[in-house]
Amino acid sequence: MSAQGQISEPVPGQSTFSGRGWRLGAGAIGGLVAGAGLLVARRFRHDGSDEEPETANRWHVVTVNRSPDEVMPDGTPPPALRALGDLVEVEVRPAQQARGTELRARVRQPEPGTAKSVLERLGGTDPRQAVRAALREDKQLIEVGEVLRLEPIPHGDRGHTPGGKLVETVTKRAGGEGLL
Amino acid sequence: MKALCWTGVNETAVEEVDDPRILNDRDVILRVRASTTCGSDLHLLGGYIPLMQRGDVLGHEFMGEVVEVGKAVEKHRVGDRVVVSSFISCGQCWYCQHELYSLCDNGNPNPAVTEAMWGSSVGGCFAYSHALGGFAGSHAEYIRVPFADVGAFSVPDGVSDVAAVFASDAASTGWTGADLAGIAPDDTVAVWGAGAVGQMAARAAMLLGAGQVVVIDRLPERLQQARQFIGADTLDYTSTNLVAELKERTGGRGPDVCIEAVGMEAHGTGPQYWYDQVKQQLRLQTDRPTALREAIYACRKGGSVFVLGVFGLLVDKFPLGSLMNKSLTVRGAQMHGQRYIPRILDHIAAGDLSTEHLATHPMPLDDGPRGYEMFKNKEDGCVRVVFQPGS
Repeated sequence: MSAQGQISEPVPGQSTFSGRGWRLGAGAIGGLVAGAGLLVARRFRHDGSDEEPETANRWHVVTVNRSPDEVMPDGTPPPALRALGDLVEVEVRPAQQARGTELRARVRQPEPGTAKSVLERLGGTDPRQAVRAALREDKQLIEVGEVLRLEPIPHGDRGHTPGGKLVETVTKRAGGEGLL
Repeated sequence: MKALCWTGVNETAVEEVDDPRILNDRDVILRVRASTTCGSDLHLLGGYIPLMQRGDVLGHEFMGEVVEVGKAVEKHRVGDRVVVSSFISCGQCWYCQHELYSLCDNGNPNPAVTEAMWGSSVGGCFAYSHALGGFAGSHAEYIRVPFADVGAFSVPDGVSDVAAVFASDAASTGWTGADLAGIAPDDTVAVWGAGAVGQMAARAAMLLGAGQVVVIDRLPERLQQARQFIGADTLDYTSTNLVAELKERTGGRGPDVCIEAVGMEAHGTGPQYWYDQVKQQLRLQTDRPTALREAIYACRKGGSVFVLGVFGLLVDKFPLGSLMNKSLTVRGAQMHGQRYIPRILDHIAAGDLSTEHLATHPMPLDDGPRGYEMFKNKEDGCVRVVFQPGS
């Protein structure tokens, strides 16, 4: 995975990534102020390419309440997504209505079919689970500075009931599932 | 430490559990001084919200004394007496920065469960099942409070523990409903439910400028409290034609704002109530919307209905025709406690919000199972049980 970023369609007066860092012109600053709230359809890819990816997998997206250069400084993906290496394609774009930045990731390899996916999701090996978990983790790291921990939870006798086992399984997978 | 745990449907027990620890830099640990039962606990107790695990510590409405602080905590010190919002919110995401704290993006470590049920995840909540994070609750000697600078508020001198504990959830839930329902000056507001949340919603409506506030229930001791401590008019729906009574009081129009503070285990009269009971017990619907149907039906044309009671998933026979044709605005919310707790504490300190009367049954934590039995069955005029494990 390249750690360099590049904009796919340079637009005069707006921020660009030159390969070593963000370059902001006076017009860009004015544009940022005046253009707050507008959707800017440009995409900043971490892999340095302008090309459409080879797969058409669905993007998984979180909106981060920070600017694009705080979410992906110098085109470098945040740590949890970076740790997934070549598994994912990552990009950012400004969110509508000053809501921050859309952090988008999708799996490069073909996604498993329905039957295989069920088995892989149960086993925790569907690659999309790792992408969803990484997106949520990176959002927290960027917005809050740390990931909210839960364990160890004080609890009484668990009793090893079937219902309890089911809840355990559901919550163990909860970070990697959902609609993202 | 000792804690009151959920051990199965309609079963609780006091057990020895591990003490909580600081897990994140923004955490504090509290010694719990007061922790109260909430009507929404009964949905967990009765198995209506199924994502409970045996051994889960109950309790989400509490206050206490700070005994340990994480290294990133700036607002609180050891020894502070604080009340804590029941919802866990980061303070940094877009929702928190727009004071929609119960919608926090970062407060629920199990987001997929509520995403699957509701389309989006909401914030975490203490002891409100693993769907809302799986956090340990406050019916215990100690509790861990994440994001303490955001969710914990110092209690003013002169405000007792028992008065302050209701700012944690009941009063802030009531305020959420009354504020977001859009009450205009001199509006008539009807509140379904004279439990703690309904009473607090009624008082908030008055303080926000409502001209006439009517609280509806069937339990005489709760209606008495609403008259005596809140200053509201009351209606017993078992002894009158409720809609006709509300129309008569409002010039034939109906209330401008209707607040439903009952939730998924509503009671009622007539065949509608039994229909809802049978369907819920057979799990053909998850919630009984009896009071919500009434609120929609009674509301004036163009009025506002606020869903403040807790609902889980699906209801049947929803009066969509009434809602649409009368041009109603319907809104709902869990509580945005961090937004309202400071002003609630000010109102309590100033003497214009009574909360202590809600604590009808103070008890030691060891009596927790008995307390929940009383609370569930509304024995002895029980409105709220308050456990005081650390006092």
